[in-house]
Amino acid sequence: MNISARNAENFAFTPENITWAEGQLAKYPASRRQSAVMPLLTRAQEQNNGWLSVPVMEYIADMLDMSYIRVQEVASFYTMYNLKPVGRHVIEVCTTTPCWLRGSDDIVAACKAELGVDFGQTTPDGEFTLLEVECAGACVNAPVIAYRKEYYEDLDSDSTRKFIRAIKSGSIPVPGPQTTDRHKSAPAGGPTSLKEFCTMPGGKA
Amino acid sequence: MLADKDRIFTNLYGYQSWQLDAARARGDWDNTKDILDKGADWIINEMKASGLRGRGGAGFPTGLKWSFMPKESDGRPQYLVVNADEGEPGTCKDREIMRHDPHKLIEGCLVAGFAMGAEAAYIYIRGEFVHEADVLDGAIEEAYAAGLIGKNACGSGYKFDVYVHRGAGAYICGEETALIESLEGKKGQPRLKPPFPANVGLYGCPTTVNNVESIAVAPCILRRGGAWFAGLGRDNNTGTKLFCISGHVNNPCNVEEEMGIPLKELIDKHAGGVRGGWDNLLAVIPGGSSVHMLPKDICDTVLMDFDSLRAEGSGLGTAAVIVMDKSTDIVRAIARLSAFYHHESCGQCTPCREGTGWMSRVMQRMVTGEAELAEIDMLLDVTQKVEGHTICALGDAAAWPIQGLFRHFRPEVERRIMDYKKSRTAA
Repeated sequence: MNISARNAENFAFTPENITWAEGQLAKYPASRRQSAVMPLLTRAQEQNNGWLSVPVMEYIADMLDMSYIRVQEVASFYTMYNLKPVGRHVIEVCTTTPCWLRGSDDIVAACKAELGVDFGQTTPDGEFTLLEVECAGACVNAPVIAYRKEYYEDLDSDSTRKFIRAIKSGSIPVPGPQTTDRHKSAPAGGPTSLKEFCTMPGGKA
Repeated sequence: MLADKDRIFTNLYGYQSWQLDAARARGDWDNTKDILDKGADWIINEMKASGLRGRGGAGFPTGLKWSFMPKESDGRPQYLVVNADEGEPGTCKDREIMRHDPHKLIEGCLVAGFAMGAEAAYIYIRGEFVHEADVLDGAIEEAYAAGLIGKNACGSGYKFDVYVHRGAGAYICGEETALIESLEGKKGQPRLKPPFPANVGLYGCPTTVNNVESIAVAPCILRRGGAWFAGLGRDNNTGTKLFCISGHVNNPCNVEEEMGIPLKELIDKHAGGVRGGWDNLLAVIPGGSSVHMLPKDICDTVLMDFDSLRAEGSGLGTAAVIVMDKSTDIVRAIARLSAFYHHESCGQCTPCREGTGWMSRVMQRMVTGEAELAEIDMLLDVTQKVEGHTICALGDAAAWPIQGLFRHFRPEVERRIMDYKKSRTAA
């Protein structure tokens, strides 16, 4: 789809999002409204079914007294803004070296098999979009998938299929390590340090 | 091994709550006013005495950096910007600080901001860390409600605000001037230096950009004294450090350790050893993707700190230890990093924009051997044409892994090229 595609004639923030946007603008000096362009685009994308159409970007430009091209420049520079429609569920698979070393090829294969689409594609029913992302920053829990607001970690082929099937069946899988009982980024089998509560001077043990 | 009593990040794994009550029980926000009452000069001197070097990769002395901010304001506001755009492949330590110990970071913002005369801190967190940003927002709200930051921070009379700004998926925004551009609502393309941010930074105002870990350790250092921190590790490489051990180890993990710990001890003690045993080790990238890899014989003895790794032609970087065992296709591992830098180049400087793509494409052919032997030297020549010829260090970061590969594994690539040629003649 072309970047200039218009999926909606009009876009406007919901009243709740307008209140939220005012809160964002309060973070920056009054003469620097442009600073809020990224958070506002992010929120607008959420409201607009996961992508930024031209009317959305025009709306944000108006709101921040920016020229449209400056907003589009930002929207096209950062990878988290989608400039074409995406599915209801966006599955982001990290394939950078630390994830690859831990078997991200298997994760990619499982996603493609389960969804029947390639990277950058959306399933025909509009449910799933599969994306390849660069380092997600959770390398000691590799391989990793980002979905909604969370990371799904320590995946293998089976747990990836299970994860996607769970979403298909309408549930939201529990984030964090998927194949081991390890606690977050502590080593599997239990921590090698901090085994007991410890505190800095001034703390109350 | 570092004793638990000397650990700063006592909730690294999130066994306890991140919230204010739990943070206070761990010693955070304990009479912070005391620290502020000692004055900005005392804080900066203590930070200098601690020997803390920036934890974001470059290792610049933190206290010295703070001292570059104008002592007397010329009317422009001053800012602290915290670089939480963690994205160097292999690195995942700041995430743990933000989701499990956010009050350490917020308190650090206050003491650092106070010391450099900043009126506010902006924490620029990578967009993918949605959960972490939510936790940080929650912690900031708690800190305001408790009067720890805001109009009269900790009852000190100092007004200080802390804001979270979310990025949207651009590795380059981890470069400090690109981050500032991004905070101003623009594409994240680095600025030429000078002027340095300490003179002309965010909104043209004096600004200091620090890594999350550098800021989060500051309150603990100030409570215990610079001498305590300086007593850990080695000369010029002091203190504790968060290490991220990923790749082919039995138990990948994050851990806080003393600077200068031998790499082998770090991997064996905390990560359960190399998969298949130490002798199955091929190479380690010791400091995040952009530093040179180390083959096993160097890994046997090298110490994990700035100067030891530099002496081996590599670097501590972010202390992200990427371990590769003998099953690794080492050429493909580096080719994937080349693809990463190509993807993340901001496109501003020609050597990097064109060079990262060219290097990545040639590296792809090196993986299969579909190349000429002479192209190896051509590739190395191009890495040197990119390195040092760009506004920021992304060009260097793209060049170094390739140089590291050929420094230690050139015969492997040559073998692939010869094998490919043979297979073509046979066919």
